[in-house]
Amino acid sequence: MTHEALAVFWPFCLFIIMLFIIGLYCLIVTFNLIRALIGVEILLKAVTLLFIVVGYVTKHTAMMQSLIITMIVLEVVVVTIAAGVIIGMHKYNNSLDVRNLRRLRG
Amino acid sequence: MAINITVLICLALAALWAVMTRSLLRAAIGLALTSAILTILMFRLDSPVAGVFELSVCSGLISVIFISTISLTHPMTKTQIVQHMKDRLSRFWYLPVVVVIAGIALSLAHVKINIKIPAPEEVKDARYALWYLRHADLIGQIMMLLAGVFGVVLLFKETKKK
Repeated sequence: MTHEALAVFWPFCLFIIMLFIIGLYCLIVTFNLIRALIGVEILLKAVTLLFIVVGYVTKHTAMMQSLIITMIVLEVVVVTIAAGVIIGMHKYNNSLDVRNLRRLRG
Repeated sequence: MAINITVLICLALAALWAVMTRSLLRAAIGLALTSAILTILMFRLDSPVAGVFELSVCSGLISVIFISTISLTHPMTKTQIVQHMKDRLSRFWYLPVVVVIAGIALSLAHVKINIKIPAPEEVKDARYALWYLRHADLIGQIMMLLAGVFGVVLLFKETKKK
Protein backbone atom coordinates (compact mmCIF):
# COMPACT_ATOMS: atom_id res chain seq x y z
CA MET A 1 0.00 0.00 0.00
CA THR A 2 1.42 3.37 -0.97
CA HIS A 3 2.17 6.03 1.62
CA GLU A 4 -0.65 8.32 0.42
CA ALA A 5 -3.19 5.49 0.43
CA LEU A 6 -2.12 4.47 3.94
CA ALA A 7 -2.39 8.09 5.11
CA VAL A 8 -6.02 8.10 3.94
CA PHE A 9 -6.81 4.57 5.12
CA TRP A 10 -5.33 4.53 8.62
CA PRO A 11 -7.45 7.23 10.38
CA PHE A 12 -10.58 5.63 8.98
CA CYS A 13 -9.36 2.20 10.05
CA LEU A 14 -8.89 3.50 13.59
CA PHE A 15 -12.48 4.73 13.79
CA ILE A 16 -13.77 1.54 12.16
CA ILE A 17 -12.12 -0.50 14.91
CA MET A 18 -13.57 1.86 17.57
CA LEU A 19 -17.04 1.49 16.04
CA PHE A 20 -16.59 -2.27 16.01
CA ILE A 21 -15.61 -2.23 19.70
CA ILE A 22 -18.74 -0.17 20.54
CA GLY A 23 -21.02 -2.65 18.74
CA LEU A 24 -19.29 -5.71 20.16
CA TYR A 25 -19.33 -4.32 23.71
CA CYS A 26 -23.05 -3.59 23.37
CA LEU A 27 -23.68 -7.17 22.20
CA ILE A 28 -21.64 -8.70 25.00
CA VAL A 29 -22.90 -6.56 27.87
CA THR A 30 -26.58 -5.95 27.19
CA PHE A 31 -29.44 -8.24 28.17
CA ASN A 32 -32.07 -6.35 26.20
CA LEU A 33 -32.98 -7.90 22.85
CA ILE A 34 -33.64 -4.58 21.08
CA ARG A 35 -30.35 -3.13 22.32
CA ALA A 36 -28.55 -6.27 21.12
CA LEU A 37 -30.03 -5.66 17.68
CA ILE A 38 -28.77 -2.06 17.83
CA GLY A 39 -25.31 -3.51 18.61
CA VAL A 40 -25.50 -5.70 15.51
CA GLU A 41 -26.49 -2.64 13.46
CA ILE A 42 -23.46 -0.70 14.72
CA LEU A 43 -21.21 -3.62 13.77
CA LEU A 44 -22.72 -3.53 10.28
CA LYS A 45 -22.10 0.22 10.10
CA ALA A 46 -18.42 -0.42 10.82
CA VAL A 47 -18.27 -2.98 7.99
CA THR A 48 -20.06 -0.58 5.62
CA LEU A 49 -17.55 2.16 6.45
CA LEU A 50 -14.70 -0.29 5.80
CA PHE A 51 -16.13 -1.10 2.35
CA ILE A 52 -16.47 2.59 1.54
CA VAL A 53 -12.90 3.42 2.55
CA VAL A 54 -11.42 0.41 0.74
CA GLY A 55 -13.38 1.38 -2.40
CA TYR A 56 -12.09 4.96 -2.14
CA VAL A 57 -8.46 3.95 -1.56
CA THR A 58 -8.38 1.31 -4.32
CA LYS A 59 -10.45 3.48 -6.71
CA HIS A 60 -13.10 0.75 -7.00
CA THR A 61 -16.01 2.80 -5.71
CA ALA A 62 -18.55 1.50 -8.24
CA MET A 63 -18.00 -2.15 -7.30
CA MET A 64 -17.98 -1.35 -3.60
CA GLN A 65 -21.20 0.66 -3.88
CA SER A 66 -22.93 -2.31 -5.51
CA LEU A 67 -21.71 -4.52 -2.64
CA ILE A 68 -22.93 -1.99 -0.06
CA ILE A 69 -26.38 -1.87 -1.68
CA THR A 70 -26.57 -5.68 -1.40
CA MET A 71 -25.46 -5.42 2.22
CA ILE A 72 -28.13 -2.82 3.01
CA VAL A 73 -30.83 -5.13 1.60
CA LEU A 74 -29.54 -7.97 3.81
CA GLU A 75 -29.47 -5.59 6.78
CA VAL A 76 -33.14 -4.67 6.30
CA VAL A 77 -34.20 -8.32 6.05
CA VAL A 78 -32.19 -9.28 9.15
CA VAL A 79 -33.60 -6.37 11.19
CA THR A 80 -37.18 -7.10 10.08
CA ILE A 81 -36.99 -10.79 10.95
CA ALA A 82 -35.21 -10.06 14.24
CA ALA A 83 -37.85 -7.46 15.15
CA GLY A 84 -40.58 -10.03 14.43
CA VAL A 85 -38.81 -12.59 16.63
CA ILE A 86 -38.42 -10.00 19.42
CA ILE A 87 -42.15 -9.11 19.30
CA GLY A 88 -43.04 -12.80 19.35
CA MET A 89 -40.77 -13.44 22.33
CA HIS A 90 -42.22 -10.43 24.13
CA LYS A 91 -45.74 -11.79 23.58
CA TYR A 92 -44.72 -15.13 25.01
CA ASN A 93 -42.51 -14.02 27.94
CA ASN A 94 -43.75 -10.44 28.51
CA SER A 95 -40.10 -9.38 28.77
CA LEU A 96 -37.23 -8.31 26.55
CA ASP A 97 -34.58 -9.63 28.90
CA VAL A 98 -32.57 -12.50 27.45
CA ARG A 99 -32.17 -13.96 30.97
CA ASN A 100 -35.88 -14.66 31.00
CA LEU A 101 -35.67 -16.80 27.88
CA ARG A 102 -35.13 -19.97 29.84
CA ARG A 103 -38.31 -21.68 28.80
CA LEU A 104 -37.06 -22.46 25.29
CA ARG A 105 -37.03 -26.16 24.58
CA GLY A 106 -35.10 -27.17 21.50
CA MET B 1 -9.03 15.32 5.78
CA ALA B 2 -9.80 17.47 8.84
CA ILE B 3 -13.50 17.47 7.91
CA ASN B 4 -13.44 13.68 7.56
CA ILE B 5 -11.86 13.32 11.00
CA THR B 6 -14.52 15.62 12.51
CA VAL B 7 -17.29 13.59 10.87
CA LEU B 8 -15.67 10.36 12.09
CA ILE B 9 -15.57 11.70 15.66
CA CYS B 10 -19.28 12.63 15.36
CA LEU B 11 -19.97 9.09 14.06
CA ALA B 12 -18.23 7.47 17.04
CA LEU B 13 -20.04 9.81 19.48
CA ALA B 14 -23.43 9.06 17.89
CA ALA B 15 -22.77 5.31 18.11
CA LEU B 16 -21.69 5.68 21.75
CA TRP B 17 -24.86 7.64 22.51
CA ALA B 18 -27.00 5.00 20.79
CA VAL B 19 -25.46 2.28 22.93
CA MET B 20 -25.28 4.12 26.26
CA THR B 21 -28.54 6.06 26.43
CA ARG B 22 -31.09 4.65 28.85
CA SER B 23 -34.16 5.06 26.63
CA LEU B 24 -34.62 2.56 23.81
CA LEU B 25 -36.35 5.20 21.70
CA ARG B 26 -33.33 7.49 22.03
CA ALA B 27 -31.09 4.54 21.17
CA ALA B 28 -33.07 4.03 17.93
CA ILE B 29 -32.76 7.75 17.15
CA GLY B 30 -29.02 7.53 17.90
CA LEU B 31 -28.73 4.69 15.41
CA ALA B 32 -30.54 6.77 12.76
CA LEU B 33 -28.14 9.63 13.51
CA THR B 34 -25.18 7.27 13.09
CA SER B 35 -26.53 6.23 9.68
CA ALA B 36 -27.05 9.87 8.66
CA ILE B 37 -23.47 10.75 9.63
CA LEU B 38 -22.21 7.69 7.73
CA THR B 39 -24.10 9.02 4.70
CA ILE B 40 -22.09 12.26 4.89
CA LEU B 41 -18.90 10.19 4.80
CA MET B 42 -20.21 8.20 1.83
CA PHE B 43 -20.85 11.39 -0.12
CA ARG B 44 -17.39 12.67 0.77
CA LEU B 45 -15.72 9.40 -0.31
CA ASP B 46 -17.25 9.31 -3.81
CA SER B 47 -20.06 6.85 -3.05
CA PRO B 48 -23.26 8.88 -3.57
CA VAL B 49 -25.50 5.99 -4.72
CA ALA B 50 -24.71 3.92 -1.62
CA GLY B 51 -25.15 7.11 0.43
CA VAL B 52 -28.69 7.62 -0.84
CA PHE B 53 -29.53 3.98 0.00
CA GLU B 54 -28.00 4.35 3.46
CA LEU B 55 -29.94 7.52 4.18
CA SER B 56 -33.31 6.29 2.94
CA VAL B 57 -33.16 2.68 4.14
CA CYS B 58 -30.92 2.59 7.21
CA SER B 59 -31.72 6.04 8.52
CA GLY B 60 -35.41 5.89 7.58
CA LEU B 61 -36.86 2.40 7.20
CA ILE B 62 -34.79 0.64 9.87
CA SER B 63 -35.53 3.43 12.38
CA VAL B 64 -39.25 2.98 11.65
CA ILE B 65 -38.91 -0.78 12.26
CA PHE B 66 -37.09 -0.15 15.54
CA ILE B 67 -39.60 2.43 16.76
CA SER B 68 -42.53 0.15 15.81
CA THR B 69 -40.90 -2.73 17.72
CA ILE B 70 -40.34 -0.52 20.77
CA SER B 71 -43.94 0.72 20.68
CA LEU B 72 -45.27 -2.85 20.37
CA THR B 73 -43.42 -3.95 23.50
CA HIS B 74 -44.49 -2.73 26.94
CA PRO B 75 -42.36 -0.23 28.85
CA MET B 76 -40.90 -1.20 32.23
CA THR B 77 -42.42 -0.20 35.57
CA LYS B 78 -40.72 2.45 37.73
CA THR B 79 -39.16 -0.03 40.13
CA GLN B 80 -37.88 -2.07 37.19
CA ILE B 81 -36.37 1.10 35.67
CA VAL B 82 -34.51 1.94 38.91
CA GLN B 83 -33.10 -1.59 39.16
CA HIS B 84 -32.30 -1.60 35.46
CA MET B 85 -30.38 1.70 35.71
CA LYS B 86 -28.22 0.35 38.55
CA ASP B 87 -27.41 -2.73 36.47
CA ARG B 88 -26.73 -0.69 33.33
CA LEU B 89 -24.37 1.75 35.02
CA SER B 90 -22.27 -1.07 36.40
CA ARG B 91 -22.11 -2.76 33.00
CA PHE B 92 -21.72 0.17 30.60
CA TRP B 93 -19.34 2.61 32.33
CA TYR B 94 -16.37 0.65 30.98
CA LEU B 95 -17.36 1.34 27.36
CA PRO B 96 -16.11 4.95 26.93
CA VAL B 97 -12.91 4.00 28.78
CA VAL B 98 -12.35 0.96 26.51
CA VAL B 99 -13.05 3.02 23.36
CA VAL B 100 -10.68 5.85 24.40
CA ILE B 101 -7.90 3.42 25.37
CA ALA B 102 -8.32 1.49 22.10
CA GLY B 103 -8.25 4.75 20.13
CA ILE B 104 -5.09 5.98 21.83
CA ALA B 105 -3.36 2.59 21.50
CA LEU B 106 -4.23 2.33 17.81
CA SER B 107 -3.18 5.89 17.03
CA LEU B 108 0.18 5.30 18.71
CA ALA B 109 0.74 1.96 16.99
CA HIS B 110 2.77 2.04 13.80
CA VAL B 111 0.96 -0.55 11.76
CA LYS B 112 2.34 -1.58 8.41
CA ILE B 113 -0.34 -2.72 6.03
CA ASN B 114 0.91 -4.40 2.91
CA ILE B 115 -2.03 -4.57 0.56
CA LYS B 116 -1.49 -4.44 -3.17
CA ILE B 117 -3.74 -1.84 -4.70
CA PRO B 118 -5.29 -3.21 -7.90
CA ALA B 119 -5.47 -1.20 -11.10
CA PRO B 120 -8.28 1.39 -11.08
CA GLU B 121 -11.54 -0.01 -12.39
CA GLU B 122 -12.77 0.81 -15.85
CA VAL B 123 -16.42 1.07 -14.84
CA LYS B 124 -17.04 4.27 -12.89
CA ASP B 125 -20.81 4.03 -12.64
CA ALA B 126 -22.26 2.12 -9.69
CA ARG B 127 -25.53 1.53 -11.55
CA TYR B 128 -23.66 -0.14 -14.45
CA ALA B 129 -21.63 -2.25 -12.00
CA LEU B 130 -24.79 -3.37 -10.22
CA TRP B 131 -26.92 -4.14 -13.29
CA TYR B 132 -24.34 -5.59 -15.69
CA LEU B 133 -21.37 -6.83 -13.67
CA ARG B 134 -23.04 -8.11 -10.51
CA HIS B 135 -26.49 -9.10 -11.70
CA ALA B 136 -26.26 -12.37 -9.73
CA ASP B 137 -26.32 -10.17 -6.59
CA LEU B 138 -29.71 -8.84 -7.67
CA ILE B 139 -31.13 -12.38 -7.75
CA GLY B 140 -29.69 -12.92 -4.27
CA GLN B 141 -31.28 -9.66 -3.09
CA ILE B 142 -34.67 -10.68 -4.48
CA MET B 143 -34.40 -14.08 -2.78
CA MET B 144 -33.45 -12.45 0.52
CA LEU B 145 -36.37 -10.04 0.29
CA LEU B 146 -38.74 -12.94 -0.41
CA ALA B 147 -37.24 -14.83 2.54
CA GLY B 148 -37.87 -11.75 4.70
CA VAL B 149 -41.47 -11.43 3.52
CA PHE B 150 -42.23 -15.12 4.13
CA GLY B 151 -40.46 -14.93 7.49
CA VAL B 152 -42.62 -12.01 8.62
CA VAL B 153 -45.77 -13.74 7.35
CA LEU B 154 -44.79 -16.86 9.30
CA LEU B 155 -44.00 -14.92 12.47
CA PHE B 156 -47.26 -12.96 12.50
CA LYS B 157 -49.51 -15.74 11.20
CA GLU B 158 -52.76 -15.88 13.13
CA THR B 159 -53.52 -19.28 14.55
CA LYS B 160 -56.94 -20.67 13.67
CA LYS B 161 -59.48 -20.46 16.45
CA LYS B 162 -60.93 -23.82 17.39
